[in-house]
Amino acid sequence: MKRIFAYLHLYRIAIAGELTIKITGTVAELLLPWMLSVILDRYVPLGRLDIILQWGGLMVLCAVAALVCNIVANRMSTRISREVTRQLRYDLFDRVLNLSAAQVDRLTIPSLISRLTSDTYHVHQMVDRMQRLAVRAPIMLLGGVALTFFLEPVLACVLVLPLPLMVGGVWLLSQKGIRLYTQTQTAVDQLVRRAKESMAGIRVIQALSKSEYENRQFDAANTQAADSEFHAGLLMNATNPIMSALLNTGLTAVVVAGAFRVNAGATQPGAVIAFLSYFTMILNALMMVSRIFIMFSKGIASGRRIAEVLEMPEDMGNVFSAAETNAPHIQFRGVSFSYGKNEEDLRDVSFSLEQGQTLGIIGPTGSGKTTLVRLLMRLYDPDAGQILIHGRDLRSIPREILYTMFDAALQSDFLFAGTLEDNIDFGRGLKPEAIGRGAALAQAEFIASRPGGMEGSIASRGTDLSGGQKQRVLLARALAGSPEILILDDSSSALDYKTDAALRRALNRELAGVTKVIVAQRVSAIRHADCILMMEEGRVVGCGSHEQLMECCPDYEAIARIQMGEVEE
Amino acid sequence: MREAGGLGSRMQSQAFERPSQSPWKTVKRLWRYASGKGWLLGLAVAVSVGSNLLALVGPKLSGLAVDAIRPGAGQVDFDRVFFYAGWMLVSYLTSAVLSYGLAALMVRISREVVYGIRRDIFARLMGLPVRFYDQHAIGDVISVMSYDVDTISTMLSTDLIQMMTNLLTVAGSFVMMITISPLLMIPFAVTIPASILFTRYRSRKVRPLYRKRSVQLGVLNGYAEEMTEGLGTIKIYHREQVFLERFSRKNRDACQANYEADCFASSTGPTVNFINNLSLALVSAFGAILYMAEKISLGGVSSFVLYSRKFSGPINEFANLFSELQSALAAAERVFRLLDEPQEAPDAPGAKVLDASQVRGEVRLENVTFGYGEGSEVLRGFSMTAKPGQTIAVVGPTGAGKTTIINLLMRFYDPQAGKITVDGQDICQITRASLRRAYSMVLQDTWLFTGSIYDNLAYGKPGVTREEVEQAARAAHIHKFILSLPQGYDTILRDGGENISKGQRQLLTIARAMLLDAPMLILDEATSNVDTATEQSIQQAMLQLMQGRTCFVIAHRLSTIRNADQILVLQDGKVAEQGTHRQLLEQGGVYSQLYRAQFDTASPA
Repeated sequence: MKRIFAYLHLYRIAIAGELTIKITGTVAELLLPWMLSVILDRYVPLGRLDIILQWGGLMVLCAVAALVCNIVANRMSTRISREVTRQLRYDLFDRVLNLSAAQVDRLTIPSLISRLTSDTYHVHQMVDRMQRLAVRAPIMLLGGVALTFFLEPVLACVLVLPLPLMVGGVWLLSQKGIRLYTQTQTAVDQLVRRAKESMAGIRVIQALSKSEYENRQFDAANTQAADSEFHAGLLMNATNPIMSALLNTGLTAVVVAGAFRVNAGATQPGAVIAFLSYFTMILNALMMVSRIFIMFSKGIASGRRIAEVLEMPEDMGNVFSAAETNAPHIQFRGVSFSYGKNEEDLRDVSFSLEQGQTLGIIGPTGSGKTTLVRLLMRLYDPDAGQILIHGRDLRSIPREILYTMFDAALQSDFLFAGTLEDNIDFGRGLKPEAIGRGAALAQAEFIASRPGGMEGSIASRGTDLSGGQKQRVLLARALAGSPEILILDDSSSALDYKTDAALRRALNRELAGVTKVIVAQRVSAIRHADCILMMEEGRVVGCGSHEQLMECCPDYEAIARIQMGEVEE
Repeated sequence: MREAGGLGSRMQSQAFERPSQSPWKTVKRLWRYASGKGWLLGLAVAVSVGSNLLALVGPKLSGLAVDAIRPGAGQVDFDRVFFYAGWMLVSYLTSAVLSYGLAALMVRISREVVYGIRRDIFARLMGLPVRFYDQHAIGDVISVMSYDVDTISTMLSTDLIQMMTNLLTVAGSFVMMITISPLLMIPFAVTIPASILFTRYRSRKVRPLYRKRSVQLGVLNGYAEEMTEGLGTIKIYHREQVFLERFSRKNRDACQANYEADCFASSTGPTVNFINNLSLALVSAFGAILYMAEKISLGGVSSFVLYSRKFSGPINEFANLFSELQSALAAAERVFRLLDEPQEAPDAPGAKVLDASQVRGEVRLENVTFGYGEGSEVLRGFSMTAKPGQTIAVVGPTGAGKTTIINLLMRFYDPQAGKITVDGQDICQITRASLRRAYSMVLQDTWLFTGSIYDNLAYGKPGVTREEVEQAARAAHIHKFILSLPQGYDTILRDGGENISKGQRQLLTIARAMLLDAPMLILDEATSNVDTATEQSIQQAMLQLMQGRTCFVIAHRLSTIRNADQILVLQDGKVAEQGTHRQLLEQGGVYSQLYRAQFDTASPA
C-alpha cells in the first residue's frame, strides 16, 4: 500500500492546500445551525431586528464561503486524482509490458487485465472520494459533535451515546455484506460462464436438441445467483433503517433531556433546536462514512493488487560472458527446462545451426516444440544448459539487441483492432514497401481484395478474418522486417497445401540469408530443412536431414510414410 | 453521490442499441415480469407511503415537544414533552421497521424480475437461429445478460424506493411546512425554483460529459485488455515502448475526460448545499421576525427548519435518480430487443418426424441457391446426390465456404431456392429436431462444457450405460488417457476443456459422435488438431464410424478425401468442380492443382 501512497506523496503540498480550503468550507457550513440558535435564543427575545438581520447576513456569507471553498477544493482534488491515476496506470502498464513470461504465467493474463482496468478504477475512486468525502464526512461528524459540546455539553453526551452503537453496527454489517457480495459475484460469474459456454456450443446443442437440458442447467445457476443477490440485498438494506432508528431514538432522547435542562434553567430552547439541526448533519455524515468505508476497502484491496505487480522483481537478469569465436549462428547445449519445475518439458536438447540454414522441428502435440522456440527467444531461461547466438550466451545479450534479432509468427498469435498495415508494421515504423513485401511473401493477396486494402481495419483478435487469413497477416508481420532469425511456429497450418507450398518457395527465394526455425506438423513443410529435429516428450529423438532421418529415425519415418503415402496411388 | 456510468459502462453494449421505443412500452413489459407479484407491489407502495408519512410526522412532533419546553426554569410542561417524545419514538421506530420491510419487499420483487428476465433471455438464446450467432459477438449478448440486467435490478431494489421516498418526502414536507406557516414559505419561492432550474441545467450539461467519460474509459480498458493478451508478441518484437506510448495517449484522454466530467459534477453538490444553506439563513431570519410578531411558535420554527432540510435534500438527488432511471430504461430496452430477436421459424405445419432408425441416408440437393447476404451467392443452382453409405468430401482453400453445405444440411440456414431431400422427403417438411438428430457431427471447433468427461460424452444420448461410453472412448483412442486422469471419467473439464490438449478435446468429441450412432455423419476437419501418429491410430475407428453411413467430410488431408465417392471442390464461394478423385485429377483443374501442391517441395521451382 505504501507504493500507492507514494504517488500521493508527490502532491503533498497541493493536497495540504486543498484540505485546508476544504476544512475552511466545511467549518463555515457547520457554523450555520449555531448561528440559528444564537438568533433564536439571544436576539429574538430582545426583539433586535437589526442584529437579527446582521446575523442573517452573516449566515449568507458563511454559506457563500462554504460554496466557494468546496468548489475550489473539489476541483483541486479532481486534478490531483487525475494526475495520480494517470501516472499509476502508466507505470502499471509499463511494468506489465516488461514482466517476464514466467511472471505473466504466474499472475495470469485475465488477472493482469483486471488489475489494469477495474483495480485502477477502484483506486481512482478511492483517491478521488477520499479527498472529497473523507474530509467532509469526519469534519462534519467531529465538528458537529464538537460544536454541540460547545453549545451544551450535557445534551451533547446524549447525542454521542448512540454513535458507537451505530459505527459498530455498520462495521459488522459491512463485514458480512462484503462476504455476501463476494459470493454473489462468484454466482454471477458462474452464470455468465454457463451462458457463454452454451452460446459457443449452439450448433451442437441444436443438433442434439438439448435446449431443454441447457435451460435446466442454466436455471440452477440462475436460481443460485438470484438467491445470493437476494440475501446480500436483504442484509445491506438493513443499514439505513438501523441507522435512522438509532439516530432518531437519540434525537428523542435529546428532546427529553433538553426539556429537563431547560426546566433546570441550564439551557435555552433555541439550543435544542440547533441540536436537532446538528443531528441531521451528523446523520448525513455517518451515512457518508459507511459509504466511504466500502469504497475504501475496495480501493485498498485493489491498491494491493496493483502494488503486487509494481513490486515484481526483475527476474531475468543478465550475466556477463565473453563471446566464443568461430561459433555457429545458433547453438543449444544440453538445454533442459520445466515450466512447473516438477516435470521436465525439455530434456537435454543440443543442436547447432549455421547462418542462413533452416531448422525444422516436428513431433506430436506436447513434445516441446513450442517450448524450444520460446527458450530460443529468451521468453524463459533454461534450467540447465546454454543457448548461444554467435557464440554469446543468450543471457549476456542485452534485451534491446536480442529482440531485434528475431521476427516470429507464432501458433495463436496476436492481432489487434486497427488497420492491416498497422498490424503488420506492429509499431516498427517500417516502410510501405517492406510491408507490401511481407504481405506478398506471406501470400496475403486477400488484402488487396478487402475493402480498404492495407488501410482497411480488422477487429480485435482478427475475428473478422478466416483462420487462413489471420495466419497470412501474422506471417506478413514476421516477414516484413529484416531479422537475422525467422521463427515460424506452426504458422501455416491453416493454409491449404497450395498456398503453403508457394510460401515455402517464397521463403527460400527471398530470405536465403536468414536463419530459419520452422515448427510444423507436416513433413512436407520441413523436409528440405538443413536440419530436422524430431521431438518426443521433450527430447530430441532424431536429428539430421530428411534423408538421414528416414534412414535412422523410425518415428520420423513412420510419420513421413503416413503423410507422404498419400501421394503414392 | 451516484454517478451515471462507472466501470460497468465499459461493458455496455452498442450492439442492441436501436432507435428507442416509447419508454412506456418498456415499462409495461417490465411490469409483466413483476405482475405475478402484483400484490407484493401493492403492499410495497402501501408500506412505503406509511413509512414515509411516519418519518414526516417526526419533526412535527418534535416541534410540539419543543413548544412544551417553555423557556425559563420550572416552566416546562413535562406531561406534554413525554407525550410527544413518546409518539416521536413510536413513529420513528415504526417508520424504520416499515422502511426495512419495504426494502425487503423490493429486493424480493427485483429477485423475481431479474430471475425471470435471465431465464427468458437464456431460453430465447437457445432457440435463436445459428445466423444470430454468426452475426453477433457473444460478448455483446453477455453484457446485456449481466450488465443490463444488473442495472434493472439496481433500479428496482434501490432507485425506485429512493424515488418513491423522495417524492413522498418532498410532497409531505411541503404540506407540513404549509400547515406550520404559509408565510414562512416565502423564502422558498426563491430557492426552490433556483434549485430546480440549477439541477436541470446541470444534468443537461453533465450528461454528455459523462457519456464521453464512459466512452473514453471503455476505449482505454479495451485497449489494455487487448494489449495484455498480446504481451508475448510485443516482447518478441521488442515493441514495449511503442505500445506504452499508445496506451499513454489513451490513458491521458480517459483521465482528461474523467477530469472534465468530475470537475463539472463536483461543483453541483456544493452549489445545491449552498442553496439549502441560503434557504436556512432566510428561513431563520424570517422565522425570527415572524416569531417576534407572534405569528409562529418557537417549536414551529424548529420543525419548519427540519422540514425545510428534508424538503431540499431530495431535489439534488432527483437529477441523479432520474439519470439512473433513464439508464435502467435503456438497459431494459436492450434486454427486450434481445428477447425480440426472431426465433428459428417454426417447423412447417404437419412436418413429419424423421425416424432415425428408418433413415437410409439418401441425400439430394436439387438446384440449391444460397447466400449469406444479399447479392453474395455461395451456391447457385447446385445439385448433388449422396447415395446411402456414400462419402462426400468437400475441399477447397480456407474461406471458400465449405461449412455452408453443413449449415444447409443441418438446416442451420435454409436455401433461398431449390430443395434438399433426405430419402426423398423435403427437409423443410421434416421437424428440425428429428432431422438434426439423424446426423452425428464432429466439428473443428471442439465444444465441451464444464462438467465431467462422462457427462460430456453422454451428452447426446441421455441414459446411455457406462459400458457404452467406455466403448466409444476406446474406439476413439481416448479411454487410456481418461483413465490416466486423477478422477477418470468423473474428471471435471474446466473452461471448455482448457485443462486438456486440443487433440484430446477433439478425440472426446469424436467419441461423443460415435456414441450417438446416427445414420448420417458430418465431419468438419474432425482430426485437424490431432497429430499424425494419433490420427493414424484412430483412422480405424473413423472408418468404422463411417461404415454404412452417409458421410459429409470437410478435410485438408487428401488421404481422407481420396477414397470419397464424390468430391466437391469449392473455390471463391462457388462449387468449382465435382466428381471422384480420379475424374478430378484427369480434368486437371483446381483439384489437381491443390493435390499436387501438397507434395510440391520448397525447392525453387
